[in-house]
Amino acid sequence: MSEIANSGCPSGLAPPASPPAGPIDPTPFVRERHQNYELELAVTGAKCAGCISKIERALMELPGMQEARLNLSTGKLYTQWQGNLPASRITLSLDELGYRAMPYDPAALEKDKDHYGRFLLRCMAVAGFASANIMLLSVSVWAATDGEMGEATRSLMHLISALIAIPAAAYAGRPFFSSAWNALRKGQANMDVPISLAVFLALGMSLAESLNSGHDAYFDAAVMLLFFLLIGRWLDHNLRDRARSAAQDLLALQATTATRINAQGHAQVISPKDIRPGDILSIAVGDKVPVDSEIIDGESEIDLALLTGEPVPVPATKGDQVSGGAVNVSRPLTVRAKADIQNSLIADLVRLVEAGQQAKGRFTILADKAARAYVPIVHTLALITVIGWLTIGDATLREAIMIATAVLIITCPCALGLATPAVQVVATGELFRRGILVKSGNALERLAAAEHFVFDKTGTLTEGKLSWTNADNLSKEDLAYLAPLARASRHPIARAIVEQAGGGPVAEHVEEIPGEGLCGNVNGEIVLFGRARLIGVPDDADSASTISWLKIGDRAPLPLYFSDELRSDAARTIALLKNEGVAVSLLSGDRSKAVRTIADQLGIKEWQAAITPQDKSAYTAKLSKTAPVAMIGDGINDAPAMAHATVSMSPGSAAEAAQSAADFVFQSGGLGAVTTARDMARRARQHILQNFAFAAVYNALAAPLAMAGLVNPLIAALAMSGSSIIVTVNALRLSSGKKATS
Amino acid sequence: MTGLLILIPIALVLGLVAVAAFMWSLKDGQYQDPKGAAMRILLDDDLDEQDQPLNASR
Repeated sequence: MSEIANSGCPSGLAPPASPPAGPIDPTPFVRERHQNYELELAVTGAKCAGCISKIERALMELPGMQEARLNLSTGKLYTQWQGNLPASRITLSLDELGYRAMPYDPAALEKDKDHYGRFLLRCMAVAGFASANIMLLSVSVWAATDGEMGEATRSLMHLISALIAIPAAAYAGRPFFSSAWNALRKGQANMDVPISLAVFLALGMSLAESLNSGHDAYFDAAVMLLFFLLIGRWLDHNLRDRARSAAQDLLALQATTATRINAQGHAQVISPKDIRPGDILSIAVGDKVPVDSEIIDGESEIDLALLTGEPVPVPATKGDQVSGGAVNVSRPLTVRAKADIQNSLIADLVRLVEAGQQAKGRFTILADKAARAYVPIVHTLALITVIGWLTIGDATLREAIMIATAVLIITCPCALGLATPAVQVVATGELFRRGILVKSGNALERLAAAEHFVFDKTGTLTEGKLSWTNADNLSKEDLAYLAPLARASRHPIARAIVEQAGGGPVAEHVEEIPGEGLCGNVNGEIVLFGRARLIGVPDDADSASTISWLKIGDRAPLPLYFSDELRSDAARTIALLKNEGVAVSLLSGDRSKAVRTIADQLGIKEWQAAITPQDKSAYTAKLSKTAPVAMIGDGINDAPAMAHATVSMSPGSAAEAAQSAADFVFQSGGLGAVTTARDMARRARQHILQNFAFAAVYNALAAPLAMAGLVNPLIAALAMSGSSIIVTVNALRLSSGKKATS
Repeated sequence: MTGLLILIPIALVLGLVAVAAFMWSLKDGQYQDPKGAAMRILLDDDLDEQDQPLNASR
C-alpha cells in the first residue's frame, strides 16, 4: 500500500483513493485498432497540474505505451499502446499513484460528445461575428446625422448588412426556429415563437426597406438579439450538462469484471454482463460480488453498505445469500450466481433511480413560468400595434408592420433570456469556491423551494466510519501488541485502530475469524482481539456503541469502544434548518436503538430505522408529491431516494452512485454546506426575481415607446445591450455579497 | 467612396477568416478540456534539460 503522503493529488485537492477495492482488471474493455490497443478509463481524484504530470509520466514509462492523455475536465484518461502490455498494469499503476480508475463503458462514450453544446457554440460564434461586422456598418449610418451620408451610400451599407445578416441569422437562428416550429406544430407557443417571429419580420422588413432606399434597417438588432439569446442558451445548456447519470454510475459501480470458474476448474475473467444463473464465481478479498449469489464455499464478512449504509460488516458463510454489490471483506469466497446482472439488487436500484430522475421534470422553474406569461402578451401587443396604426394612425401596411417589428424586437427577451442563466452561473461559481459542486442550474431553484429535509444517518449526519473513542484508556505497551494485529486486517474496526496507531510493523500469521475477531502472535504473546464471545466475556448487547475486547496473553481483557461519531456541525445545521421553519426527518438502515440515540441528540422528531433502499425511495417519492423535499445521503442505498426527491445533496466522501444522483456534492468535512447551499439558493432565487422584475419594468417602458413609433434601430440596439448588461451586473452582485456562513 | 469599396470587402473577408478559425479550433477539440489546458501551462516537461529552472524539484 502506498504511503499516504505520496498518494493521490499532490496539491491535496482530493483525498487519495480509499483502500477497499484493489485495482481492477480492465482487459475486457480494451479496444484493438490498427495494431494498437486503446483503453479509456474514468479516473477519480485527479484535480491539478501535478496529477496530470504524475499520471501521464508514470503511464508513459510502461513498455509499449504510446499515448497517455488525461482530460482534467471530464476525468477521462485515454491510453494507447502496442505490444503485450497487460491492461491491468495500467490500473495497477494508477492505484499505486493513489487514484481510482474504472473502465469507461463504450456506450456511454457517445453521450460525452455533447453535440448540442457544440452546436450552440457554433451558432453563438456566427451570431457574434456577424453582429460585430454589421455594427461596423450600422454605427457609420447612425453617426451620419443630418444628411452627411448620401442615400446611395446608406443603401449600400444596408445592403451589405443584409448580405451579412441573412445568412448569419439563417445559421445562428436554427435552435430558435426549430424549437418554435416544433411548438407551433403541436398548437402551442413557447418563448421561441416571438423570437423567431421578430427575427423573420425584422430581416424581411429591413430587406424591403433597403431595396427601397428606406431610412431604417434592423439587421443589427436582429442578429444582436440572436447573439445575446444564444449566450443565455449556451450557459444554460452547460449548467444542465454537468449531471452525470446516476444510473450509469450505479451500473459502473458494479464489479466491472468477474472471475468465473469453468467446468474444468480454470478461472476466466469475464464481463459481468456474461454471467448466467448457475455460474460459479470466485470473489477475492476486496472484490464486489457481481450478482445476487449463494455462497458455496468459504467463510468471510461482507460489507452490506449497499443495503443498510452501515460500515460494520456482517459474517457470511456457506449457504448464505449475498446481494450483488456487497464487498467481500475478510477471506476469499466461492459463490454460485442466482441471477444475471439484469435481475440483481443493483439493477433494481438502477431502475428506481431512472424512474426518479424522470419525475424531477415536474418542477417548473421560474423562467418557464415567466415565459408562459410573456408569450401571449407580446403577441397581443404586436397585433394591437399593427391594427392601431392601420386604422387610427392611418399608415401604410409596410409602415405598420415596421412599427410592429420594432415592438417585437424591443420587447424581446434579452433580459429574460439572460436573467436565469446569468444568476445560476454566478451562484454555482460562488458555491464551487466554497467547496460545493452544483450539478445543474435549476438545482438551485429546487433547493430554495425545499420545505422538508430528509437526512440519512451513517456517513451523512455521522462521519461514516468507526472511530475508536476510548483510545486514551489504552497504554502504549498494550497498543504495541494490538496495532500489529490490526494492521493485518481490512475490517473497519481494525482500520479505526490503525488510524490512531499509525503505520508500523504488521504481525505475521494473523488469523482472522469472520464475525469474531483476530488472533495472532506478537512479541511472543498470544493476542486476541474481537467480540466478547471470542474472548469469553459476557456480551453487552444493549450498548449503543460497538465494544471489542483485547486480551494479551493471560491478562484481564480490556474493552475498546468504537462508535460512528456525529459530524462536528450536524447539531448546529439541524438547529439552523429547524429555525428557518424547515421540517427535518431521519431515515436509516441501522438498528432502532442507534437511530433513536442520534435522533434524540439532534432533536429530530421524525425518524425511521432499519429501512430498505426501496422504502427510502418510496418515502421521498410520497413526500415530494405534497411539498418539495430535499434528501441528503451518502450511500448507494440512498441513491434511489435521492433520485425521487425534489433535490438532493451528498458529501464528497459518498459512494459514486450517490454523488451522481445528488444535485449538490459538498467537499468540506462538515454539514454546514447544507445551510450554505440553501442560503445561496435563496439569494439566487431573489436575484432571478429581481431580474424578472427589471425585465418587466423595462418592457413596460419600452413597449409603449415602440408602439408609438418612436423607436429606431439605434434605440433598439441600445435598449437590448443595456438591458442585458443590467441583468448580468445584477447577477454578479451575488458574488460580492456578505453572509459567508463560517 | 473608393475607400469604402476597398475597406468594406477587406473587413468582411477578415471577419470570415475569424469565424473559420474559430470553427476550426472548435473542431480540433481545443475546448474539450479547458481545466486541463489551464493546468498544463504549469508543467515544465517541454523544457530542454539545460533550461530547467535552478530550483526545480524532481
